[in-house]
Order: sequence, then structure tokens, then C-alpha cells
Amino acid sequence: MSEHIAHHDEHRDDEGSKLGIWLFIFTELLFFGGLFITYAVYRHGNQEAFHLAGKELNVTIGTINTVILLISSMTIAMATTSIQKKDKRTTLALIAITLVLALVFLVNKYFEWSAKIDHGIWPGSPLLEELGRGDTLFFGLYYFMTGLHALHIIIGMVLIAVIYRRVKNDRLTHDNFQLLENGGLYWHLVDLIWIFLFPLFYLIA
Amino acid sequence: MSSKQTESTGYRSYLEEDGGRKGIYKWILSTDHKRIGLLYLYTMMGWFVIGVVLGLLMKLELIAPGKTLMEAQAYNATFTVHGVIMIFLIVIPGLPAVFGNFMLPIQIGAKDVFFPRLNLFSWYIYVFGGILVIISLFGNGAPDTGWTFYAPYSFKTGTNMLPAALGAFVLGFSSILTGLNFIVTIHRMRAPGMTWFKMPLFPWTLYGTGWIQLLATPVVGITLLMVAGERILGIGFFDPTKGGDPLLYQHLFWIYSHPAVYIMILPAMGAVSEIIPTFAKKTIFGYKAIVFSTLAIAFVGYFVWGHHMYTSGMSGTALWAFSLLTFIVAIPSAIKVFNWISTMHQGSISTEVPFLWAASFIFIFMIGGLTGLVLGSLATDVHVHDTAFVVAHFHFIVFGGVGFAFFGAIHYWFSKIFGRKYDPSWAKTGWITFFIGFVTLYGPMFYLGIKGMPRRYFDYLEEFHGPNIISTLGALVMIAGFVIILVNLIKSARSGEKTSEMNPWGGTNLEWQVPTPPPLENFDEIPTIDKATYKYD
Amino acid sequence: MSDTNHHIVPYRTYGLILVLLLVLTGISVAVTQIELSRWATLAALLLACTKSVFVLAVFMHLKFDHTIYKVMVVFIMLVMAAVIVLTFFDYGFR
Repeated sequence: MSEHIAHHDEHRDDEGSKLGIWLFIFTELLFFGGLFITYAVYRHGNQEAFHLAGKELNVTIGTINTVILLISSMTIAMATTSIQKKDKRTTLALIAITLVLALVFLVNKYFEWSAKIDHGIWPGSPLLEELGRGDTLFFGLYYFMTGLHALHIIIGMVLIAVIYRRVKNDRLTHDNFQLLENGGLYWHLVDLIWIFLFPLFYLIA
Repeated sequence: MSSKQTESTGYRSYLEEDGGRKGIYKWILSTDHKRIGLLYLYTMMGWFVIGVVLGLLMKLELIAPGKTLMEAQAYNATFTVHGVIMIFLIVIPGLPAVFGNFMLPIQIGAKDVFFPRLNLFSWYIYVFGGILVIISLFGNGAPDTGWTFYAPYSFKTGTNMLPAALGAFVLGFSSILTGLNFIVTIHRMRAPGMTWFKMPLFPWTLYGTGWIQLLATPVVGITLLMVAGERILGIGFFDPTKGGDPLLYQHLFWIYSHPAVYIMILPAMGAVSEIIPTFAKKTIFGYKAIVFSTLAIAFVGYFVWGHHMYTSGMSGTALWAFSLLTFIVAIPSAIKVFNWISTMHQGSISTEVPFLWAASFIFIFMIGGLTGLVLGSLATDVHVHDTAFVVAHFHFIVFGGVGFAFFGAIHYWFSKIFGRKYDPSWAKTGWITFFIGFVTLYGPMFYLGIKGMPRRYFDYLEEFHGPNIISTLGALVMIAGFVIILVNLIKSARSGEKTSEMNPWGGTNLEWQVPTPPPLENFDEIPTIDKATYKYD
Repeated sequence: MSDTNHHIVPYRTYGLILVLLLVLTGISVAVTQIELSRWATLAALLLACTKSVFVLAVFMHLKFDHTIYKVMVVFIMLVMAAVIVLTFFDYGFR
């Protein structure tokens, strides 16, 4: 295996790369923003129904998931510190922990959704039709928003896995780690979205 | 400005560089921003021809009341696909995809955009989105909802909404990524000495446009996904029977689609701002005013979307708020027009083809803009909403705006891009024919709208017959003009008189300081900028 | 624009922010278990905003980065807020 020497490529512009990921983050904010507008509008028009429907969601699981994402944000942020300190082992460990936490989040989500579906609640289900408008809208938004969020978690996991490999292969090092920083930024975005989803769906009962 | 260009040994134009590839791979695997700009040009031309044919079919249908060529269903599908193609495949990518890609790096003194591979990927996505639109034409038939895909019909119609919506979604990504690329390019790759206020106006408009592409497009993206959710899952967001509000669809749709028109027009205005000083041999009047009005249009443009919804059932508060904001957004556009005309005043005008397009752009754009005020004002809008008046307005301002600027730009930069000259007398003939046809086609629609002829109807009352005949004849003349222009451009690009003249028009920006056509990396050495732009001494 | 700064954030800082975030999360949950109804929601959202500021400033490094990023983020938030407000010009007054 040829030795890969990381060097500062004079044509490389890390700051520009960072600007690029921030701009992409802005698109994601607006993307979810449309759904938050929808939530606000329908919450405004169906206050009581949303309040009651919210009781169906499990605050404990929601809180655990929130805690999981917050910790994973910390671990991936710490990874930029460790890589700059040339501590490859710690970097790999932190990235791995982030990945595992993400997986646990998804597993929790799976159980949550399964429970709901067992109770007859899914988009367009007959039970929802019966329950009425506020419930239909609440759960429609719940599935759509948490589903879209989960999709972004999966994408984030793929990205973080790629970063893990590159750190392992010394393609990302203390003087060439913008991809790690960018991946971290993306991951924090995923965390940010959940920071708002959590109170809007789980804490309105 | 200093740049050392070696025109003798070692110079190869970008067209001669093939990256070791043969045939079509020279093109579709190249990350050279110049080739990518041309890829967009060629694919857009293909789509434009299809869009024009669909438009022609509509005009032929409308040449007489009752069924002429087709019934309502086919007509509805025709105007839908016409709109989808023209909006998402032509005017939104528009000048940025072609001229932004080709000229932006050169104008700011860079070798390429910041993310060249992402740039090529954006074109791939563009092609893929177009393919999805084509797919929607088969099976259950093209959507008949209008390009605006209003709910609840868009989730009830039996036609192929999903491929069309998905196509628009994918095309949105192409737009977002192009905007992102240009913003980073402008922030990070300006040549030494090129401060923000020494940057030419076309890049400035690409910058403002990039932000709109970035921030508005995701909203229509999520809206289309929500419609898909309605169709597939019956989720209920816009379904009144499930508590949803169809009006919310309109809000979300127009929160993108209004800023979208500024994506269309700002680069067009940027091109006009390049052309006019060159052919007036005079510094642009009020450079900073044009910069700030560009940013003002981009910003205020986010807050006027409700003017597409005056008759939909919004609250009274929303009505006056949006109308007020709409009037405000007209002001910066007017400032630009004032500045262009002031540039021409006491300049030394040469009526070359690019100038003819830019000057007629101002005329056509003004008509489009002023009729926009009729629509922006609540009381008058009630009378003309959903009539032919609206159709006339947006064709004047969008087709007239983007189209005229596009033709101006292609003629302006033609020799630089292709290293050949177009035939000026055919170009002028094409221009005047097109112009006369354009006004004849769309002018009568203002009258028809005021008189009450609805839009998106395949039939109309007998009293509207006369002006409709004139309009359809105008379409034929305009298309004839277009054919003349197109044939001239294609022939000239392939076998026109070769030229290596660096600066045929006497322009002042960096693109006129590089060889014709430019070499692969544009500059042998990145220049250092030491004087303001548009300086004619 | 300055080049990539090499400011290294200590692990401790990240740890402290996490603790802060967890505390704020705890408070959000506690506050909304009390039947304050509409004020509970407002409180929960304000707490979410506060948490976001910490994530943005420290985890996402905005505090240590070039000012232009802070400007952009604030700008985006303002635009989104304005759009929601305008939408409610309709829904709030029907």
C-alpha cells in the first residue's frame, strides 16, 4: 500500500468548502421550513385536537431520542478537536460512537412507528379518518416530518461512515480535515431539526 | 487591468482541449465550465423548440372559437406541459446555466467555478429532470393541472402528476446546486484586487439570483413532496375533507414561485447591464444603485407571493399587505430602467444586434412591469385575474425579459464563445421579425383579458374572435423570426467566418481580455485588478 | 474572508455545552408536564431556540468563525420568520 502523505494543497480552499456546506444547510432549513409553516398553520386551526393527539406520543422515547442526538452532536464536534490534536484513535472512537448513537435513534423510531401502526395510526388509515381532522393533520405531519428527518439521519450516517473510513486511511488528517468538519455541520443540522420537532410533537400535551 | 496572454505558441482554445476523450465524452464528462455552459445551451434549445411547438398548438387551437385542433383535455395538458418546460427547463436555468456558467469565472478572473464536478452533476440532474417530464407524457397522459399544480385537483387528477412533480423536484436540485456553486465562486475566487464593488454587474446578478435559488427552491421542493404524499398516502395536507387547506398549497407554491421570477429576470437584467455600456461607449450610470437594487429585488421579492392569490380567499389583512409589498418591489426595477436609459443618454450608440435586443428588452420589460402594477393593485386585479391579461403580462415580462436578454447575450458573446462571427444582417432581420411578431402575439391579449376572456380555456365567446386571429398570426411571425435567428446562430457556430478578435465590441470586462475563444483555464496568469469596471475614458 | 482558522475547541467546552443542552431539555419536559397550556408551548419553543443558539455557536463553531457566517444565519432566520408572519397575515385574520 502506498504511503499517503497528507499535505496542504495550495489549490485547496477549505473555507470555501465550509461555505458550501453552510449554504447547503440553509437549503435544508428552508426545506423543513415549509413543513414547519404547515405545522404552524394547522396547529393554529386545530389547537385542541393537536393538544389531545399529542398525548398519543411517548414523551419518554422522545426525550431519550433527543438526548441521544445531543450526545452524538457532541461526539462528532469533539472529533474535530481530536483530529487537530493528531489523536487518530480518539477521532475514530468518537466518530464510531456518533454512528452507533444514530443507529439507536433509528431503532427507537422504528419501535415508535410500529407501535403507532399497530394501533391503527398511519397516513391515510381508516382510524385516522374516523378520528377526524385535527388527528389526521397531526399524525400526517408527525409521520412526514419525522420520516423526512429519519431519512436525513440515514444520509448523515452514510456520510459519517465515509468520514470514518477516510480518517482510518489517513486521507483525513490534522491538516486536511474539512470533510470531517463539514460532515459534523450536517449532523448538527439534523440535531437542530430534531430540537424543534421534539417540543412541537411530544411536548404539546 | 493587466494580464499576460500568449496568443502565439501554446495557445489552444477550450474547444480544442478534449481531456483525452473522444466524441460525445469530450462534452458529457468535461468539468470545464465553458463546455457545461454549452451543454446547457444545446439541451435548452431542444426543450425550447418543443415548448414553442406546444405554444403554437395552443395558438392554432385559439384561432377560432370551439374546437379547432383539440378538445379541452388535450388543451389542458398542452398548456401544462408548455408551462412546465418553459418555466423549469428554460427560464429558470436560463441565463445562469448558459452564460453564468460560461462567463462568470472569466468575468471575475477565475479558472473555473468553485465546484466543477458539482457543476457537471447539476447538468446531469437537469437532463434527468427533463427525462422525468417526458415520462409524464405517456401512460395516463400528461398532467392537466397547469404548471402550478394546484391542490386539490393535482392530487385527484388521473393524469401523470407524479413523474411531472418529481421532474420539477429534481430540476429544483439542479437550480439549487448551480446557485450554491456560483455563490461560493463569487465569494472565494475573485481575482486579486477585485473587490465586491469592482465586480461587473452580471456576476452581481448571478450572486443575488444564487441566493434566491438557494433559499426559495427548497420550499417548492417540499411542497411537491407533500403533493406526492397526498397522491400516494392520502395524507391530508391539502385535502379539505381531511382538514387540509388547499390555500396552504398555494401559499407554499408561490413562496417559491414568486421569487422564482426574480431568478429568471435578475441575470437577464445583468446581461443588459453589460451590453448597454459597451454599445453606448459610456460607463454604466449608477453602478452601486444597480447593485443595491439587484439585492433589494432579491430580498423584497420573498414577501410578495400573495399577489398571485388575491381572489383565492385570503384574509383582508393579507390582501393589502401583499399589495403594498408588491408596489414596493417595483421600485428597484424602475431604478434599473432609469439607470440603463441614463447610460445611453449622451453615449455614443452603435446599433449592433446585441444593443437592439437590449434596447427592445427595456421597452418590452416596461410594458410587462407596468401591467404588473395593474395586477398588483387589488381592485383592478379582481377584474383581470385568470384572464388573458395575466398571460400577456407574464409573457411580456418573462419571455420578453428573459428571452430578449438571452438573445442579446448570445449575440454579444457569440464570437467569444465560438470563435466565429454570426451574419449581422440576418440577425437584424430575425430581431425585427421576432419583435413585431412578439408584440402582435401578446399585445391583443391585454385587450382580450380586460374584455373578459379567461385563460386556460380552449374555447371562447365569439366576440373575442378578431383579436385572437391577430394574436395567432403574431405567433406565426414571431416563430418565423425565431427560426431566422436560430438558423443564423447554428450555421454561424458551425461554419461562420472564424475570428480571433479579442474585443470586437470594445467592452471593458475581463472576458474581452482573454483570447477568442478562451483557453481551457481562461487565464495564463490570474490578473490583478486595479481599476473600476465599465470605465470608458 | 480569512482562511480557515485553526482554533481548537477544548473537549471540556463541548462537554459543558452538552450538559447545558441536557438541562434545557429537562426543563422543557418538566415545564410542559404542568398544565400551562399555551404558555407551555411558548416556553418549550423558546427553550428550543436557546438550545439551537448553543448548538450553532459552539458545536457548529459560529462563535469562532468569521462574522459572515453569523450574518448569513441570522439573515436566514429573519427571512423565514418574515415568511411565517406574512402567512399568518392570512391565517390569523380569516
